[in-house]
Amino acid sequence: MGKKIKITINGQTVEIEKGTSILEAANQIGVIIPTLCYHKDLCVAGNCRVCVVEVAGQKRLAPACATPCEEGMDVLTNTHKVRNSRKHIIELLLSEHNADCTSCYKNGNCELQLLASEYKIMNQDFIHLVPFHNYTVDDFSPSIIKDDSKCIRCQRCVRTCAELQSVNALTMAHKGEYAMITTFFEKSMNDVICTNCGQCVNHCPTGALVEKNYIEEVWSAISDKNKYVVIQTAPAVRVGLGEELGFDPGERVTGKMVAALKRLGFDAVMDTDFTADLTIMEEGSELLSRLKRAVAENDRTVKFPMATSCSPGWIKFIEHLYPEFLDHLSTCKSPQQMFGALTKTYYAKARKLDPEKIVSVSVMPCTAKKFEAARPEMHDSGFRDVDYVLTTRELAIMIKQAGIDFMKLEDMHFDRLMGESTGAGVIFGATGGVMEAALRTAYELVTGREVPFENLNITPVRGVEGVREARIKIEKPLKEWAFLDGVELKCAVAHGLTNAKYIMDKVKVGKADYHFVEFMACPGGCLGGGGQPIPTNPEIRQRRAAAIYAEDEGMPLRKSHQNPEIIKIYKDFLGHPLSEVSHHLLHTKYTPRRM
Amino acid sequence: MSTSHILKRADFIFNNENDWEEVLTKSLARTPNELINELISSELKGRGGAGFPTGLKWKLTSELKSDQKFVICNADEGEPGTFKDREILSRVPFKVLTSIAICGHVIGAREGFIYLRGEYFFLQQELKKAISEFEFFCKEIKYDFKIKIFMGSGAYICGEETALFESMEGKRGEPRNKPPYPTASGYLGKPTVINNVETLSHTYTIFKYGSKRFYDLGVQFSRGTKLFSVSGDTPKPGIYELELGMSLTDFVEEFGDDDTKAVQVGGASGFLVPRKKFSQTSIGFEGKLVGISLPTGGSMMLFNSSRSMFNVLDNYLNFFAEESCGQCTPCRVGCQQLLKGIKAVKRGEKPAAYLDKLMGLAETMQYTAKCGLGQSVANSFSSIVENFREEMIY
Repeated sequence: MGKKIKITINGQTVEIEKGTSILEAANQIGVIIPTLCYHKDLCVAGNCRVCVVEVAGQKRLAPACATPCEEGMDVLTNTHKVRNSRKHIIELLLSEHNADCTSCYKNGNCELQLLASEYKIMNQDFIHLVPFHNYTVDDFSPSIIKDDSKCIRCQRCVRTCAELQSVNALTMAHKGEYAMITTFFEKSMNDVICTNCGQCVNHCPTGALVEKNYIEEVWSAISDKNKYVVIQTAPAVRVGLGEELGFDPGERVTGKMVAALKRLGFDAVMDTDFTADLTIMEEGSELLSRLKRAVAENDRTVKFPMATSCSPGWIKFIEHLYPEFLDHLSTCKSPQQMFGALTKTYYAKARKLDPEKIVSVSVMPCTAKKFEAARPEMHDSGFRDVDYVLTTRELAIMIKQAGIDFMKLEDMHFDRLMGESTGAGVIFGATGGVMEAALRTAYELVTGREVPFENLNITPVRGVEGVREARIKIEKPLKEWAFLDGVELKCAVAHGLTNAKYIMDKVKVGKADYHFVEFMACPGGCLGGGGQPIPTNPEIRQRRAAAIYAEDEGMPLRKSHQNPEIIKIYKDFLGHPLSEVSHHLLHTKYTPRRM
Repeated sequence: MSTSHILKRADFIFNNENDWEEVLTKSLARTPNELINELISSELKGRGGAGFPTGLKWKLTSELKSDQKFVICNADEGEPGTFKDREILSRVPFKVLTSIAICGHVIGAREGFIYLRGEYFFLQQELKKAISEFEFFCKEIKYDFKIKIFMGSGAYICGEETALFESMEGKRGEPRNKPPYPTASGYLGKPTVINNVETLSHTYTIFKYGSKRFYDLGVQFSRGTKLFSVSGDTPKPGIYELELGMSLTDFVEEFGDDDTKAVQVGGASGFLVPRKKFSQTSIGFEGKLVGISLPTGGSMMLFNSSRSMFNVLDNYLNFFAEESCGQCTPCRVGCQQLLKGIKAVKRGEKPAAYLDKLMGLAETMQYTAKCGLGQSVANSFSSIVENFREEMIY
């Protein structure tokens, strides 16, 4: 590795590092090779064979994704043999695929459809194979719909679930004509160990795996005159939504999104960032109270590391796979669920609304949030706290259906009471963001000073590394926190469940000496969530992350405890963090789930 | 001018194995390089069907530095019409064990495996006994080498070397991308020599008699002898050791029933040769100067005039549609299309010209499938459709 070699592609010489694939080499010089089973997040499979190219001197064609370049290789990507073979392969895939495109949820965003259109497969001669199978649609999960008739066996979902998430809910089963992607004992996705994270949905090239959408339900609520429909928007949505509506990745569309939501007819448009700030107040206080019990009172029963609890994919993961460690989890509900509980209590009271008539909707970068909202314990307001969860993609569909020219919208502001936020709430959308927000507030609560990082940017917890660590020494604390003087706060951040597993396995053997760990189910955190625009890949995640941090930098307030609406809600309604009302509405319990 | 010769029988493989201790001891006393050169000059090629030069395979593996290396004997004999490895393992197991151990010495492996076809479960007990006797002897001569049996589970694809590794590693039996090749990254990602049972038995012959004895048999590019599993419409089905390079005419004269219409050389993944092409066809590896030379893992199926070639092809394609691992598109879907396609033509649901489209598809499968299985489906399909097109239609 590291050695430079030269090859030619379509007569053009390219110098690349030894070991580079033909596909990567071709991309470097602007030669596009079609792919289906290839995804930058995943290991190379070389299954679909759409990327085959001709290598001089070889009779067989080589898969560009899986063939490393060799010195002097002479590659041709556009010969009659290559085109003919690719066409055959696309035709074969179409023959086993339920290509009823006009009635498909992924119509217009399907990689197979795009290839069929590029290669102009006009007359499909091959025998249609779908009728030979007894395909059924699995729609029992509140988050994900699996339709095997649309599956092209590229195994992207299988690799996603295994490599990124270590969940292995999906796997290849049977062989030959019966080869299919399925679950343990071919049960419903709802009945197996699945975290509903939706990464499979985000990585599926066709319509075989899609989110369960609640678009019609939300339209009905909006048009119902008796209902008061409140919507909350998660931090990561504002840096992803634009991609579905004509903007480049990394464009912040917060103001346009608010304007669009108002035009759609929501009665109140508010911000999950508000409850992200609230989460910091509650979770930060919980961390400090654990530290107090452990350090000042020498209470050995206190569990460390304390784990964050805002990612519902992570929560279901730990409930399934590490049920003996549930008391490590912060008892805080996720910002979505805090918001839901407050909408039908605090907000209803302040606006003099009958909570029964409120429909609480959220737009999330996430499919697991759909499951979370449906948890039986999430009824602390006396009603279902969050009625419907839309993904970023579903919101884009609604905006298009409503005929809104998104590009032309004037920016608008969130509605009051639960619409104000700080930069700390915004960065919840990126991996490391919850940790950074918590440190900004907790450090200041304890010492009376700002965190010792330039411009409040706690860079050690930012980035793309799967697991990151940071240590902050507490010096000269305020009198009431004197026992923390000299204590080094050890923190870690993990994103993607494979990295979460790495940390939990360390916790299991007593080798994780952290005080506080942030866990996010999805790679990159929420901005890379399963409900975000497709495609999501490393470059796009990086651009969304840059947008999130830019949004934070641009906010007048950067620390959760400065949020005036947070100050107000504690004064008017909650009392103080970890109060009785807080405990009732903002905290929850977890369920050990069978293996 | 043909370079093929008339049928010559030989008797090496099943010949007495009582001297295995001597062959082993003498070979272990030689340097790896000597043994590799012996194999290279014998020009032995792999007998599983692909025909890769065995000496080169051992050489490539021996040259790599690694904390661990492996020798694997591929006994996943699953090609329809092949049954020679079963006989070798039951009749002369010590030859195979000895060769595995010598290979270990050559490449620097301490461990060997026999990947035994699931359906050969009945061989396991006897083989285990042989292994314990063999290992006991190795201990006595202070040669540290262990051999284990790994039972397959019945998937044809696991005979493909990289799928076999996956299977041994406890994963789903699916072929890997190549490169890397097994010599560099095989079982557990370590340099691995994987040889067919028969190939290993031939190395025994070579180490026992020297390469010349082996090289002098057969013809150019196809040296030595080979076991043939003869089946189908023949009065004398069975296993025969013959010199490579014989012409199909001579073969049919010996084994046919005077009514042989076609011979399928190399099992379901091989080629069908019609009567009119017998004389120009010989059995051996590519490189022959005149006529067609067909390699084979040893399966020779004879068909007489009572057989419908449509049924023969239908049978093969059913087999492939079921045994494709399902991983790559050309093989998984291609096999189904070929199978359903010939049925549709036969029933008149598709025009006869549809066979040409299928021939094109078979060619694409050959160019683009991930492993030897998908690539070779076209062999039987194309050769049968090309030579017996009327039988496909009417």
